[in-house]
Parts: sequence; C-alpha cells; structure tokens
Amino acid sequence: MPTLNDILVLLPEFYLVAAACLLLLVDAFMKPEQRGALHWLSIIVLLVAIYLVVAGQPQGTVTAFDGMFVRDRAAEILKVFALLCVALVFVYARPYLVDRKQFQGEFYTLMLFAVIGVMLLVSAGNLVMVYLGLELLTLSSYGLVALNRDSPLSSEAAMKYFVLGALSSGMLLYGMSMVYGAAGTLDLAALHGAASHSGLPHLMLFGLIFMLVGIAFKLGAAPFHMWIPDVYQGATTPVTTFIASASKLAAFGMAYRLLEAGLGDLSHYWQPMLAAIAVLSLAIGNLVAIVQSNLKRMLAYSTISHMGYLLIGLVNAGPEGYASAMFYAISYALMGTAAFGVILALARAGFECEEIDDFKGLNQRSPWMAFLMMLAMFSLAGVPPLYGFFAKYLVLQAAIDANMLWLAVVGVVFAIIGLYYYLRVVKVMYFDKPEEGTHVVVQPDAGLRVVLSLNALVLVALGLYWGPLLGWCRQAFAG
Amino acid sequence: MITLSHFIVLGAVLFCIAVAGLFINRKNVIVLLMAIELMLLAVNINFVAFSRFNHDVAGQVFVFFILTVAAAESAIGLAILVLLFRNRSTVNVAEIDSMKG
Repeated sequence: MPTLNDILVLLPEFYLVAAACLLLLVDAFMKPEQRGALHWLSIIVLLVAIYLVVAGQPQGTVTAFDGMFVRDRAAEILKVFALLCVALVFVYARPYLVDRKQFQGEFYTLMLFAVIGVMLLVSAGNLVMVYLGLELLTLSSYGLVALNRDSPLSSEAAMKYFVLGALSSGMLLYGMSMVYGAAGTLDLAALHGAASHSGLPHLMLFGLIFMLVGIAFKLGAAPFHMWIPDVYQGATTPVTTFIASASKLAAFGMAYRLLEAGLGDLSHYWQPMLAAIAVLSLAIGNLVAIVQSNLKRMLAYSTISHMGYLLIGLVNAGPEGYASAMFYAISYALMGTAAFGVILALARAGFECEEIDDFKGLNQRSPWMAFLMMLAMFSLAGVPPLYGFFAKYLVLQAAIDANMLWLAVVGVVFAIIGLYYYLRVVKVMYFDKPEEGTHVVVQPDAGLRVVLSLNALVLVALGLYWGPLLGWCRQAFAG
Repeated sequence: MITLSHFIVLGAVLFCIAVAGLFINRKNVIVLLMAIELMLLAVNINFVAFSRFNHDVAGQVFVFFILTVAAAESAIGLAILVLLFRNRSTVNVAEIDSMKG
C-alpha cells in the first residue's frame, strides 16, 4: 500500500501535475488580454518545482511505490536542469509567440506535462514507469510540434515525429517484452540481478538489441536520426528549443536507467553496439551539417553528432563514464537553449531568422546578440575555455579509460570537422555584409536579453569553473 | 498443444507485418496509424504470453497501460492527420516530403 512517505518522495511530481491542471483551468477562464499572467504563473510554478526537488533531496537513494519510482542524485540533477531549461524556453518564447498570435495556454500546459514526463522518466525504477514517463513526454511533444496549426511544415513535422516516435516506442516495448520474458521481472533493480544469469540468454540479448534501438531513436542517434532534422525545422523555434534541451536530458536519463540500472551486467554486449552507433552519429551529424543552409536544420545535425559524443561517455559503462555523459547532456542542454535563444530573440513577426544568411552582418546590427551566438557556437564546437570543450574532453577521456582509444580519436577528428560549420555561422555574423532590407537594428525586450546573456555567459563560467557541477555528476554515480 | 513459442512467433509475425506496413506503405497515412496499433498489439501478445509462462501478473498489468497509452496515441495521431489534411489536402505518404536535406 502506498504510504504518506511514498507521496512525499514524489512531492515535486504531484505538485507539478496539480499545478499544470490548475493552469489549464485558469487559462480556460482567463480573458485573452490577461494571458500574460499565465506566463509568469508558469515560470513561478517551475521555480517552485526546482525548489521542491532541491529542498526535498533525500540522503542517498530513496524508492517509492514498491520500487516504481527512484529518487537518487542522478535523477535530481537531471530534473533540476530539465525544469530550468523549460523555464528558459518560457522566457525566450514569449515575444515569439505573441508576435505570431500563438500565445496560448496550450503551449504552457503541454510544456509542463512534457516536463512531468521527463521527471518520471529519469526517476523510473520499473519498465512500466520508463514507458509511461516516455509516452507522457513524447505525446506532449507531438502536440507541441503540431501547435502551429496553420503551417503545413509544422503538421508535416508532427506527422513524421509521430510515426517515427510511435515506431521507436514499439521497438522499445518489444525489447521490454523480450527482456521481461527472459528475466521474469519488470523491476529494474531486480532485472539488474537477473539479467546476466537468465535461463534464456538469447531472448535477453534479443530484447536488449530492440531496447537499444528504441533508446537510439529517442536520443536521435544515427542510424535512427531521420526524425530530428525535420522536427527541428518544422516545429516552431520554442518547441525546437525544448526538444533540443530537456528532451535530451530525459533521453540520457532513460538510457542510464535501462542500460545501467536495468541491464548493467550485460554491458559487455551493449558497449560495442553503442560505440558503433556513436561513430555513425558523429559521422552523419557532422558531415551532413556542413551542407545545411537552414540554421535550425544545421543545429539538428549538430544534435545528432552531440548525441554521438554523449554515447561515447556511456560506452565507458563505469561511474566516470556516466558522470561524463551526464555532464555532456547538461552542457548540450545549456548550449542548445543559448543557441536557439538567440534565434528566438532575433525573430520578429513574419521573420523566422532561421536561415544562416539571416545572420549576415549581425555584428553591425546587434553586436551583443552576435557575441552571444558566437559563445554558443564556440561552445558547441568545443573551443576552450568554454563549457563544451570540457564536456567533450571528459567523454573522450572516459573512452580512453575504457581502453577505446580509437573511439576517442574518431571523436577528435569529427570535432575538428564539426568546427567548420560552427565557425561558418561566426564568419557570417562578423565578416559578411548584411543583406539589403535586414538593416533593422534588433532590440529584443530587456528581460529576455538579460536571461539570454546569463544563459550564454554560464557557458563561459562553467568552462572556467567546472569543478562543482562535475563534482555533483561524479557524486551521483559514485555510490 | 499450444506452447509459449507459438505465442512468441505470433507476436513476432504481427510485429514484422506492422514494421513492413510502416516502411513499405507509400500510399496512405491512415495505414501507418493502423500499423502502429498492430505493433503495440503484437507487444501485448508477448507480454501476456510471458506473464502466463512466468507466473507473474505484472506483465498483464503492463498490457493495460500499453492499451491505455495506445488509445491516447491514436487519438493524437488522428488529430495530427486531420491537421495535415487541412493544411495540405492530401494523406499520401509520398507527397509529404517538403523538408529534405
């Protein structure tokens, strides 16, 4: 029977569900001109949720509802950053949505439900919870991508996302059913013990492969990356920002729960498979990004390559590897919000600012925005002393520690190739002449500018002073 | 005598039909939705069969969750389909290709 203690362990999640439902009601009874309040309420709700997660942090690992829900340090860190990313998306999205007459309550509610999905997913202690958390996240995401109702591009992206997302959920579930058949349990902790001496080892491996496919799909790693570019391009930029940040943290959480907490004893089987997926992601992501002219699409391919680096961290399959992969996931989330934040800040009514050519001569029009974009691009490229460099350094170090020097070498080679397309954006901003008709000086509103500046400067700060965050990540996987 | 392997083979065959339906189909998006549904049902057969074989009721509970989520999923899928048809006046898979690269 669930006790009061179980409910207290899930307090942040219960609170968010209640708050999201309440906001839905508030929105229904609100006059359109009062909608601004909804924006502030949603941000306050998220900040309170962050407080609840941090303040209620238990000593060590606590489980609730018979092991269904696990609250440990790793989950806490991922939750805090996922909530933070969603709050950032809300701040960046408001002017964009208002300009396009899309400033609706649905955006906020769907976003909140999606982040509840993230929180349940990263805390899952059972295959059922992994599935339910994942579906809560993805079903909300389908809705978010389709939210731009009059755009043929958005509905096409939503359909592609839906079909491929459902396919990947099907693969994941098929794998789960095989693993369940072989191990006889759905509980991840029990699975950890049963996985290596199952009576049906082949069935177990068969299930593992299908689960890996599902995980790779959700991460957006090649060769299961087809949905990423279309969804990034077709969705409205705020939704893309969410999918590039909080969703990736969730995908890392899911990979950790399934592969380490569940099937950790089979790591010698999934390590080579992950390594192959990582190399493919690095190659496809970096090479195809070079030829893109749409910045959102370029960043989509850059995501694919970043997921390759994240997987290099996971391949290590030890505490240090998980810590570096988590450090990488967080770095990618923060860099993604910064890069898309600049795109959002520059977009105006009727102008998406998503082609790379739209950034021509940005330095003359808006030097500060150009500087922030440069920081984001350098960090994504992995230029020292920015955050992205140390994140890359740590995952490559983890690969070397796992006696996979070749994987680290591949990572470095593709980091150098990747440098080209990030630097192209910087070159366009600083050395090209602005196109005719784009001479408008961009002046995003003050609040957005301050938050965006902080977001981008954090990339510098964490690059220079990365000890505490890395310490937390290491602590999360130490025990 | 029907054994566990019969169920697993049935599940695998249904799953393969569903995946083939997703990849081979170039005509109609509605067929994609049907294939997705079939895929989840194939998984359900697996779960029920394993649950009975392992004498563990958890697998059958999972099936209820999958059925519920599948209902929500097809509702969203159909909603997106309606949206797509309104914007593009087609549900032909081959014509939904405006984004490339």
